[in-house]
Amino acid sequence: MGETEGKKEEADYKRLQTFPLVRHSDMPEEMRVETMELCVTACEKFSNNNESAAKMIKETMDKKFGSSWHVVIGEGFGFEITHEVKNLLYLYFGGTLAVCVWKCS
Amino acid sequence: MPQKQPPRRQSFSVGRGARRRDEDSGTDVGEGADEWAQSKATVRPPDQLELTDAELKEEFTRILTANNPHAPQNIVRYSFKEGTYKLIGVVNQLAVHFSQVGNLVPKDSDEGRRQHYRDELAAGSQESTKVVISETEIFEEEEEPKEAEAETEAGSQTDMPVAEAAAKVTEEELMTHKQPKERKLTNQFNFSERASQTLNNPLRDRECQMEPPPRTNFSATANQWEIYDAYIEELEKQEKTKEKEKAKTPVAKKMGKMTMRKMTSMESQSDDISKVTQAAKIVERMVNQNTYDDVAQDFKYYEDAADEYRDQEGTLLPLWKFQNDKAKRLAVTALCWNPKYNDLFAVGHGSYDFMKQSRGMLLLYSMKNPSFPEYIFSSESGIMCLDVHADHPYLVVVGYYDGNVAIYNLKKPHSQPSFCSSAKSGKHTDPVWQVRWQKDDMDNNLNFFSVSSDGRIVSWTLLKSELVHTDVIKLKVEGNTTDGLDGLQLHTVGCGTAFDFHKEIDYMFLVGTEEGKIYKCSKSYSSKFLDTYDAHNMAVDAVSWNPYHTKVFMSCSSDWTVKIWDHTIKTPMFIYDLNSAVGDVAWAPYSSTVFAAVTTNGKTHVFDLSINKYEAICNQPVVAKKKNKITHVQFNPIHPIIIVGDDRGHVICLKLSPNLRKMPKEKKGQEVQKGPAVEIAKLDKLLNLVREVKTKT
Repeated sequence: MGETEGKKEEADYKRLQTFPLVRHSDMPEEMRVETMELCVTACEKFSNNNESAAKMIKETMDKKFGSSWHVVIGEGFGFEITHEVKNLLYLYFGGTLAVCVWKCS
Repeated sequence: MPQKQPPRRQSFSVGRGARRRDEDSGTDVGEGADEWAQSKATVRPPDQLELTDAELKEEFTRILTANNPHAPQNIVRYSFKEGTYKLIGVVNQLAVHFSQVGNLVPKDSDEGRRQHYRDELAAGSQESTKVVISETEIFEEEEEPKEAEAETEAGSQTDMPVAEAAAKVTEEELMTHKQPKERKLTNQFNFSERASQTLNNPLRDRECQMEPPPRTNFSATANQWEIYDAYIEELEKQEKTKEKEKAKTPVAKKMGKMTMRKMTSMESQSDDISKVTQAAKIVERMVNQNTYDDVAQDFKYYEDAADEYRDQEGTLLPLWKFQNDKAKRLAVTALCWNPKYNDLFAVGHGSYDFMKQSRGMLLLYSMKNPSFPEYIFSSESGIMCLDVHADHPYLVVVGYYDGNVAIYNLKKPHSQPSFCSSAKSGKHTDPVWQVRWQKDDMDNNLNFFSVSSDGRIVSWTLLKSELVHTDVIKLKVEGNTTDGLDGLQLHTVGCGTAFDFHKEIDYMFLVGTEEGKIYKCSKSYSSKFLDTYDAHNMAVDAVSWNPYHTKVFMSCSSDWTVKIWDHTIKTPMFIYDLNSAVGDVAWAPYSSTVFAAVTTNGKTHVFDLSINKYEAICNQPVVAKKKNKITHVQFNPIHPIIIVGDDRGHVICLKLSPNLRKMPKEKKGQEVQKGPAVEIAKLDKLLNLVREVKTKT
């Protein structure tokens, strides 16, 4: 099948998959949009440091929507969380990252 | 009295001096009480004269007056006003015996006020009064300056009068006060302590527990292949939507087609409902068939047995009643059977109350479903008339109160008319009173005629997608009987209210007007009438050619009369007065001599001239309420039934009893002749009787 093709596809894929893809969210529309934008800016700002990105998202969310937010960013992980209803956003970004933002006090 | 004051003062000071002497000597020390008693003893001044008792008892009478004895009594001054010396009568009686410049300032004098103000500025308003008081003290104290001070220094305060001590205190205070920059020192001993204990409110504990915000669990696994799959899926979705949009855009170019597409897409979306419609319709009819089973049986089989005993008269049997909530309170303004489907008829709703015009409705009912119309079209303006095309039974032309005419296509699912006239395309300026489909013209275009109160009779032709109008005739009040006396009258238009086209002679038609005249016109002459009949005294409500006899027509009017005419004769053949405004008349399709008329008092009259040419053979009120006025009547082309519409939106279906549709009796094996020729002969026979009478008279 040729590696070149695979590489091409991969390049295409990376080029195309820059948009955030919400996998699961129970937030209200307005909040979701805002959080999504925040995630995008954080991930773009700290493209090679997930920890900083997560920190930024968490701190901003704490300011905007009250305390006790939690953020997980990574390329591969499994999780089971308890979150307050209407305060969860799980999205993919940039083709490789998964971001999970939730609130639980 | 002022004269006596100085000696008293002297004595006082002398007294004091004596006291002081005692103190110095030390004899009186410790006898403070005697000092007080001493003041009561008479004190003698040293220069007092020694007088004998007799001299003392001698009385000197003196009268004290307010007049000054030393005042001059004859002062003369020069009066500059009068230029002479004048005696001045009023003399100042005031004599001053003693005056001393003091440093007392009255509180309410100008200076005092100023001082007060100054003090206020310096310290406070209360001190200023003290200052004034203390100053007076100083003044009094001045007479014994240094000894007093020595006394205080000696500390022998015991024998000091209390008042004096107080004065000292105030004096000291005063000294401190006089430095304006220092703050006022309050007397720190001048206070009282107060304390009170109040009841403390008992304390209580309150607790509440809130429900924690609801939580749920969520779990997922994120890894590269899942993320990849999710993105690929999303991409595919996006591509699909893009394709759809692309597919839609070219359609948008043609508006007409787009709406069609929308319709189809709508249909496809609501597929599940449209599939059911057919079934639902069948079920609805079945239900109706069950509920109205007795009516259906009556319609088909019931013949009023009583007719045999009634000789000539007949009755009307009410069958179904059609009404719709949407057309409630809208008068029935037009009725028309569908020429192809004998169970279907169209009802036009509007209003004959011209002060209260509202919307209009076009409903098509089937006798198979009396509970709900088969088709519903609503319009903004009231419908005044309608007609169903004979060859295309799905085309309904209607005339509106606002002067427009429109064509509805029953095949089209939407509720808007397929064609509609407009102000541009020559609509009428007054209500359209009658519309009638015509045979297709030479180019096979559909066309119809309309008549309106604006005096025009217009032919409308359907060209592809628009209505083209041609004025056929303009009604003039005087018609072709030109008097020539009044030029103005010629120009006033007549108001057409009804017309009918001749069954055989293509170009000939009749027009009834609001003035009560009926004109016989030709399509080819737009300015002249073939004939004019002075038919009625009020507006002609309907004109109708006999379906068999080509010469006979009938007219009805609000002047309570129905008249039957031979169009060749200018006077009516028969006149019937129905005692109420006649709304509509209709010839029966099965006989040349039967017709029905409806009046506003709610009655339907059925005539058969061959049986009784003087009065109706059936005369029956058919409306539910007495108030309801019947507006229109139509015979079913096949079945022996009529439909009657009233001004409340009800349509009632009635069956004609056997007497009302009596055919020539079959006699003893004689072959009964049937057909139009017989019908014509039948009517002719009647007419001849009348004609003979007329010629005789």
